[in-house]
Amino acid sequence: MGEMIKVGMADLKLCKAPDAITTLGLGSCIGIAIRDPITKVGGLAHIMLPDSKKIANNTCIAKFADTGIAELVRIMVAAGASRTRLVAKIAGGAQMFALQSKSETMAVGARNAEAVVKILGEMKIPILAQDTGLNYGRTVEFFPETGDFVIKAVGRDVKKI
Amino acid sequence: MAKIDLNNMEGVYFDILKEIGNIGAGNATTALAQLLNTKVDMKVPKVDLLEFSEVGEAMGGEEQLMAGIYQLVEGDITGSIMFLLEEKSAITLISKLMGTPEVDNVSEFGEMEYSALKEIGNIITGSYLSSLSMLTNLKIISSIPAISIDMCGSILSVPAIEFGEVGDKMLLIQTQFSDEMKLDGFFILVPDLESYDKILGSLGM
Repeated sequence: MGEMIKVGMADLKLCKAPDAITTLGLGSCIGIAIRDPITKVGGLAHIMLPDSKKIANNTCIAKFADTGIAELVRIMVAAGASRTRLVAKIAGGAQMFALQSKSETMAVGARNAEAVVKILGEMKIPILAQDTGLNYGRTVEFFPETGDFVIKAVGRDVKKI
Repeated sequence: MAKIDLNNMEGVYFDILKEIGNIGAGNATTALAQLLNTKVDMKVPKVDLLEFSEVGEAMGGEEQLMAGIYQLVEGDITGSIMFLLEEKSAITLISKLMGTPEVDNVSEFGEMEYSALKEIGNIITGSYLSSLSMLTNLKIISSIPAISIDMCGSILSVPAIEFGEVGDKMLLIQTQFSDEMKLDGFFILVPDLESYDKILGSLGM
């Protein structure tokens, strides 16, 4: 077993087997795990918002699905991953509060998930598995060695996708 | 053009928001004392402007179980407010309020307990908002509360995303109430950018 690398909110990091990578307490945010199964170079991004182009203050690239995924892929390829072999698994995008509102923010979890699926599709990175939506938080652990994406939630069984 | 930049909020602006935090938390303490019919003391609140990655840590780790009560704010300013209570504090508070023994785990909470926590959140944020309203002469209304008991990080993602639309930092007001028991609570007020200007403008800034 290698080390467990920690990714914070609005953050992304590279991870090579045998190390593993985690992000804690995903709510409406999305954890995007990408991996090259041959070189076993992986990475994890914890994005908060779907689209950097809709926000004036967008210098933090790891905060957005579009810029975050692009940057994660860039550093993975620079670390020896093959751009064409990349596969992804995603989790998060929950709606934490059941509040009726006109505000778009309340559905941001669903909008995040939608954006991530669309962006990965455009980049031709297949999504092998996902665990998104519903109303609870998730902690995820990603193992580039095997591609396992482990999801933990309060009061629920540990899931491996 | 917004006058305030959350990433470069220094000096007098930060002091004003801090002072609003102090007064608001003071009123919230009074409300809590009335609710529990007991004497409640409050430590001087800690007000911090934190990076997103630091917030979870500041509240005892991203996986710390917390109860978050969330309300939208409307009227002259718009945004949202959240009151968070540590798991242990939520259990103590519920036991005290309902006159029942303390449960071991929040998973034992039923509809009644959830409802009571929502109401506590409503009263505390209400008194916080009314002091803000009095100070600024702005009309501030809060919506019906919604609750989530989950990992701190996932609850925080909601206000963090709102802050995330305008900056890379989040304003956290940490209060510690105590009488015979110790309660750790946090406020997160997220006005949108124009509302910040309105608040500061109405204070003559």
